[in-house]
Amino acid sequence: MFYREAGDFRTSYTDDSQTFPITFDRYCYFAILAVAFLVIPFLINDYWANAVLVPLLVWSMAAIGLNILTGYCGQVSLGTGGFMAVGAYACYKLMTAFPDLSIVFCVLFGGVVTALVGVLFGLPSLRIKGFYLAVATLAAQFFLVWLFNKVPWFYNYSASGQINAPERTVFGIAVTGPNVEAWAKYLFCLCFVFVFAWGARNLTRGAVGRSWMAIRDMDIAAEIIGVDPLKAKLSAFAVSSFYIGMAGAMFFANYLGAVEVTEAFGINQSFLVLFMIIVGGLGSILGSFAGAAFLVLMPVLLKNLLAGWLGWDTSIATHFEFIIVGGLIVFMLIAEPHGMAQLWRIIKEKLRLWPFPHAN
Amino acid sequence: MNDSAALMDIRNITLKFGGVTALEDVSFDIQEGEVRAIIGPNGAGKSSMLNVISGFYHPQEGGIWFRGERRPAMPSHRIARQGVARTFQNIALFSRMTTLDNIMTGRVTLMRPNLLTHMLWWGRAEREESEHREKVERIIDFLEIQTIRKTPVGRLPYGLQKRVELGRALAAEPALLLLDEPMAGMNVEEKEDMCRFILDVKEEFGTTIALIEHDMGVVMDVSDRVVVMDYGRKIGDGTPDEVRNNQDVIDAYLGVQH
Repeated sequence: MFYREAGDFRTSYTDDSQTFPITFDRYCYFAILAVAFLVIPFLINDYWANAVLVPLLVWSMAAIGLNILTGYCGQVSLGTGGFMAVGAYACYKLMTAFPDLSIVFCVLFGGVVTALVGVLFGLPSLRIKGFYLAVATLAAQFFLVWLFNKVPWFYNYSASGQINAPERTVFGIAVTGPNVEAWAKYLFCLCFVFVFAWGARNLTRGAVGRSWMAIRDMDIAAEIIGVDPLKAKLSAFAVSSFYIGMAGAMFFANYLGAVEVTEAFGINQSFLVLFMIIVGGLGSILGSFAGAAFLVLMPVLLKNLLAGWLGWDTSIATHFEFIIVGGLIVFMLIAEPHGMAQLWRIIKEKLRLWPFPHAN
Repeated sequence: MNDSAALMDIRNITLKFGGVTALEDVSFDIQEGEVRAIIGPNGAGKSSMLNVISGFYHPQEGGIWFRGERRPAMPSHRIARQGVARTFQNIALFSRMTTLDNIMTGRVTLMRPNLLTHMLWWGRAEREESEHREKVERIIDFLEIQTIRKTPVGRLPYGLQKRVELGRALAAEPALLLLDEPMAGMNVEEKEDMCRFILDVKEEFGTTIALIEHDMGVVMDVSDRVVVMDYGRKIGDGTPDEVRNNQDVIDAYLGVQH
C-alpha cells in the first residue's frame, strides 16, 4: 500500500536517476543509517563488534571492491586476498614510519597503493578474459603473499613475522591498538564504509559505471561505440583494488590488530569475497552488503544455535556449520542464480503492484 | 567520381583472411546526407566492408578517406570518436543494462567523465549526466520507446532491441551511421517502422547513412544510391534504377546459364 510510485513526481533528471526513487525505500535507508550511526554505538559491546559488526563492515568493503571489478566490469579476480594484504602492509608501513599521521590517511594510503598494484596486475586483462584472467590474478595472490613473507622490510623485521597495529587516534579516541573501545572501531569502519559505498553507487550509476558494464556485457561492441577498453578495464582494476586495499587496511588495523600474512590474507579470503558477491548479487552495491552479511552472519548464527542453544560439542558444531553454510549457498544459487540483490529486486517489483499482481 | 563532397571515400580496399580474399579492390564513396545501400548475395563481403569502415578489420591494401583526409590505422574506439557509429547484424546491446543506460552509453564519445567528481556525484558530473540525459530523452521520444526506458534490454522483444540499438548509435550524433541489416528478421509492420525511422533520421538529423539490407523492396525505397557486391568485388554502383537494370547485378542475383 505504501510501496508506490504513484503521486511521486520527479521534475528533473537528477531526481529521476536517484538511488532510492521510491519514498518508502528512501525512508528505510535513512532509518537504517540513523540506527547504524546513532543507536548501535551506544549498545555495542566487544562481542558484537568483534564477531559481527566490524567484520561485516570490513567484508562489505572488500565485497564492494570485488563487485566493481567482477560484477560491474566482468573481470574475474582471485587476487582479493593478496590485494587486501597490500592494503594492510601499506597501511602498516605508513603507520609505523609516520607515527603522527592520522590513521584516516593511512587507510586511504593503503587503498591508493593497492590501486597501483591492482592496475599492474590488471594489465593482462587487456589480452586475456574469463577463466584465464582468473588464473592470472591467482598468480597475484600467491606472489603478493610470498612477497610479504619473504621481505622482512614489510613487517619491520619483527621476530614473529607478524605485523601489529600500534595505537592511533581520531579526535583523541583510539581506533586501533590494544586499548580500542568497541564503539570507536565500529564507528571508524562504519564511516569509511558509508562514504565509499555511497561513492561506489555514484560511480556505477554514471558514465564511468556504464563504460564498465558495457565492457562486461559485450566488449567488442563497447569498443566499436567508443569505449576505450584500456581505460575502462584499468580504471575498474584501480577503483576495485582501492576499495579492497582499504578493506585490507581496516581488516588489519581495526578488526584483527595483528596479522600474519599467510593466515590472514590467503587464497581462502579471495574465495570468500568471491562467494559473497555471487551470493549477494553481481553488479549490485546492495548485493555486496547482502552477500557479506550472509557469509559473516550465517556462521555466527549457526554457532550460537548449535553450540549455544542445542549444546552440541564445539568441534561438531563447527563441522556442521561448514556443511550448512555450503548447503545454503547451493540452495541460494539454485533459488536465485543472480543473488540476493535480484531477489530483492523481484520482491520490490511485486510489492509495487500488490495486491493487484496483474495490473501493469 | 571521387569529388571533394564525399563524406567518406573508400579506395581500392583489399581484405584477406589467410588465403581467403574477403574483399578485392573495392572502391566507392559515400556522399554527405545520402542513404547509401550495400547489397549482394550471402558471403559477398558486405559485412566485411562495414567492419573495415568501422575499423574492426584492417585491410591489407587500400585506404579510407574521411572528410577528405586519409584515416590512419587506429583502434575502433577512436574511429567512433571521429563520428562513425554503427549497429550490428546480430544485436550487440548491453543486455543487462536498461534501455536508458544503453543509449546513454552511446554518448560515451561525447562525455569526459572524471572518477572523483563522479564518485561525489557533484558539480560537473551531475550537470554532464543531466545534459546528456536530455539529449538521450529526445532520441527515446523520436524512437517511441518511452515505456521501456528502464527495462533491461535483455528482456525486450527482438524488434524493440533493434530499435534501441539504432538509438544507441544515434546517441553518438554520428556524421556517418552504419546499419548492418537493420530489418533482418522483422515482420512487415516492424520493417515499415524501421524504414520510417531511417528516413526520419536522414531528414531530421541530416545524418549520412550506409546500410546493408537483403530486402530489395526496402533498399530500392529508402536508398539514394546502391553498391552491389558479389564474391568480394563490386559489380554495380548507382541509383536504385540503374542498379536494377544492370546485367551483372541481375546475373549475380538470378544466376547465369553457362
